[in-house]
Amino acid sequence: MTPLGVRTFLGDKLLTVETVVQSLASGLLMGLLYGLIAVGLALIFGLMDVTNFAHGEFLMIAMYASFFLFTFFAIDPLLSAPLVAAAMFVFGAVVYLLVVRFAMRAKANAGMVQIFTTFGLAIVMRGLAQLFFTPDYRSIPQSWLGGKTISIAGIFLPEPQLVGALVSIAAFAGLYFFIHRTDFGRALEATREDPGAVALVGIDKNLVFAFGWGLGAALVGLAGAIMAVFFYIYPDVGASFALIAYVTVALGGFGSVFGAFAGGIIVGLVEAVTALMLPPSLKSVGIYAVYLLVVFIRPRGLFGSM
Amino acid sequence: MDKNYTARRRRDLIIAAVLAALAALAPLFVKNVYIQNILVLTLMYAALSQSWNILSGYCGQISLGHALYFGIGAYTTELLFTKFGVLPWFGMLAGGAIAALIAMGLGYPFFRLRGHYFVIATIVIAEIGLLLFQNWEWAGAAMGITIPVRGDSWLKFQFMRSKLPYFYFALALCCLAWFVTWWLEDSKWGFWWRAVKDNPDAAESLGVVVFNSKMGAAAVSAFLVAVGGAFYAQFLAYIDPESVMGFQFSLLMALPAVLGGIGTLWGPVLGAAILIPMTELTRSYIGGSGRGVDLIVYGGLIVAISLALPQGLVSLFSRSKAKGATR
Amino acid sequence: MTALLETRGVWQRFGGLVANSDVSISVGRGEIVGLIGPNGAGKSTLFNLIAGVLPPTQGSIWFDGEDVTKLPAAERCQRGVGRTFQVVKSFETMTVIDNVIVGALVRNTVMREARRKAHEVLEFTGLAARADVLASDLVPAEKRRLEVARALATEPKLLLLDEVLTGLTPTEAQTGVALVRKVRDTGITVLMVEHVMEIVMPLVDRAIVLDLGKVLVEGTPADVVRDPKVIKAYLGDRHAVGA
Repeated sequence: MTPLGVRTFLGDKLLTVETVVQSLASGLLMGLLYGLIAVGLALIFGLMDVTNFAHGEFLMIAMYASFFLFTFFAIDPLLSAPLVAAAMFVFGAVVYLLVVRFAMRAKANAGMVQIFTTFGLAIVMRGLAQLFFTPDYRSIPQSWLGGKTISIAGIFLPEPQLVGALVSIAAFAGLYFFIHRTDFGRALEATREDPGAVALVGIDKNLVFAFGWGLGAALVGLAGAIMAVFFYIYPDVGASFALIAYVTVALGGFGSVFGAFAGGIIVGLVEAVTALMLPPSLKSVGIYAVYLLVVFIRPRGLFGSM
Repeated sequence: MDKNYTARRRRDLIIAAVLAALAALAPLFVKNVYIQNILVLTLMYAALSQSWNILSGYCGQISLGHALYFGIGAYTTELLFTKFGVLPWFGMLAGGAIAALIAMGLGYPFFRLRGHYFVIATIVIAEIGLLLFQNWEWAGAAMGITIPVRGDSWLKFQFMRSKLPYFYFALALCCLAWFVTWWLEDSKWGFWWRAVKDNPDAAESLGVVVFNSKMGAAAVSAFLVAVGGAFYAQFLAYIDPESVMGFQFSLLMALPAVLGGIGTLWGPVLGAAILIPMTELTRSYIGGSGRGVDLIVYGGLIVAISLALPQGLVSLFSRSKAKGATR
Repeated sequence: MTALLETRGVWQRFGGLVANSDVSISVGRGEIVGLIGPNGAGKSTLFNLIAGVLPPTQGSIWFDGEDVTKLPAAERCQRGVGRTFQVVKSFETMTVIDNVIVGALVRNTVMREARRKAHEVLEFTGLAARADVLASDLVPAEKRRLEVARALATEPKLLLLDEVLTGLTPTEAQTGVALVRKVRDTGITVLMVEHVMEIVMPLVDRAIVLDLGKVLVEGTPADVVRDPKVIKAYLGDRHAVGA
């Protein structure tokens, strides 16, 4: 017991090489998922300088989608993930076209209007989830992966997290390819550099933005579908991941897709290390402290342009 | 022109005095304890939002972590009272002073950050504070502190029989926060803050020390919010980390100012007068069953006002004034 | 009598790029000095060094007999350096008068005095009729004028004007030239950066030409425009622009 009464577990927990490697491995897996959750946020921000404060609720909707596809149609989350991502793509694009588009038009207080419009949207989505899905905690009891672990060189890895991490890597690879190798990706990149230029080339700005929102939502949808296997699903579930997603994006540097990937891994590892040293209730402190440390040294994040 | 200006400031002061007098008479007509409770909360959030507005509205440093100062005010007061028998009135001032010092200490690293990086840093630091208090056993950890209430006493600022003293304190706090804003608005600080918000480089070139301006705004803002926190703790007679330092307080301080008109004198009061009763009423009349309709109405209203009145509700009143100015 | 402003062997490097190399200039009291040169000559960098936006990599800057090299912009303003910005930086959500009051507060701590000073400056700069308009509602020429008014409100000894005449219509530019003369007549020293020589040459007492970060030529406008080095630097510039 320290003088202030804050317990540290360093003394009473035995730190062996195995436990450290074990938690670093699970931290890495979780970190890759954090990256996948956050990348949509980074994408939208990079594209149009808007932070989506309903991002956590996008995740929540995707988790419910996965849950209901399992409950009503017995489709395993692993199979339904592409479906959920596709549905989320449509959802994201519609949210942009119906709501966010109008927030972009504000002449005064533009930043504030965007923050509070998306924030209001988040509250509405939570309310809708409570109304239609009830505030109960749900879970998917018997999926293909749920509860299974695999042992690699003496380290136990939960299969859902492992698959999630692989999906995340694949998604980032796909995203990289998409941004750098396709025409639409280049248009996306051009819009973020100069919105006016795109209009000159004859691409509708709103179309590009709607596509960006769709893509961002699809990516978080993919993460949500897989997470439905091993997290409880309830209307407020997004809130607990949203702050981690913002920290991940800011850590990597707002707007940097690669930054979100790296930021996610760092957040996952730091969380795992903190959990080794501090009581579980304090595990987020490590993430927050690392965020503060990074931005104090590099005020625009690790990979943000200065 | 100068005459117009002085006249406008005097008019604001008179309107405020009349509103305060009317509010002071309200308990004569409102006997329902539930409604009185809503009035107390409305006045408190108006005061908090007015204080938040000093740093975030006038000086442009958007904080979504003011719950930290609210909680520090509450905890300082109650820890001093329950552990050392210090009267809440002194605890309140001590809490305000500690919050102001912390705000300035945090300002050193924080005010180098811009935009989203600053906003997220404020959220994160408040979360760290929350987590630390949840694990700080001497301060009651997650269980919190129950304040021993032994009858009505102005000395100990606790009342069992009637909510009225709390009402008048909240009213006084609201008037204080408003008056401080009114007074600072026409001072060197007020002008410096607005200059820093609009363009820090230009401000610096005109002799404004940007860093000191932000520090000043942070200190005033944190002090007043902490006094609000001390009040809330006495009002509830029980505190725990989540109920005085949770993220929702940061939001409930920001929302009235944003909806009413950020960086304006009347925005926070106007915003709180609409938002807080609405929150409470939707919660108790349609939200009781936990069906989420209250959240839908509440969130929908935030979206609607943000989109329809980007400069807040005060812009409804000032439209005619703006026209007059162009003439 | 010493010069009001002196830069002594000032260097500024940004990474591998040398924006100013060994620049030593001086500006005497009551002068209007033009700082000219083709694009990328290092005029704006030198200007920012004098205003205190950033410290020079090497060398020193002296103002009014004092070494101000290490002082930040706000303190230089307090000592009597006023400036405008090439890309106007008005306080957009504030009215014209409030913009100017911010400047006036440097020397007037009482609000009423600051307000009176601000009105005076608005009269002087011809913006009085626009006092209660939001800065965001001004036309570009008025915004330039507001920049000057704000800087004048700080009661500077030296006024740094960064391309205040560029991009104005001929009539607006003439009014601008008249304003600069009027400013000098009140005893304020003026150092102005301009890209286009034709506008400033009739106005300044002395011109300093920068090219590739160095002082190329210094002298009266008449001498400077005839100097073959200057002609070459500008022709080269035009040529480059044409290409």
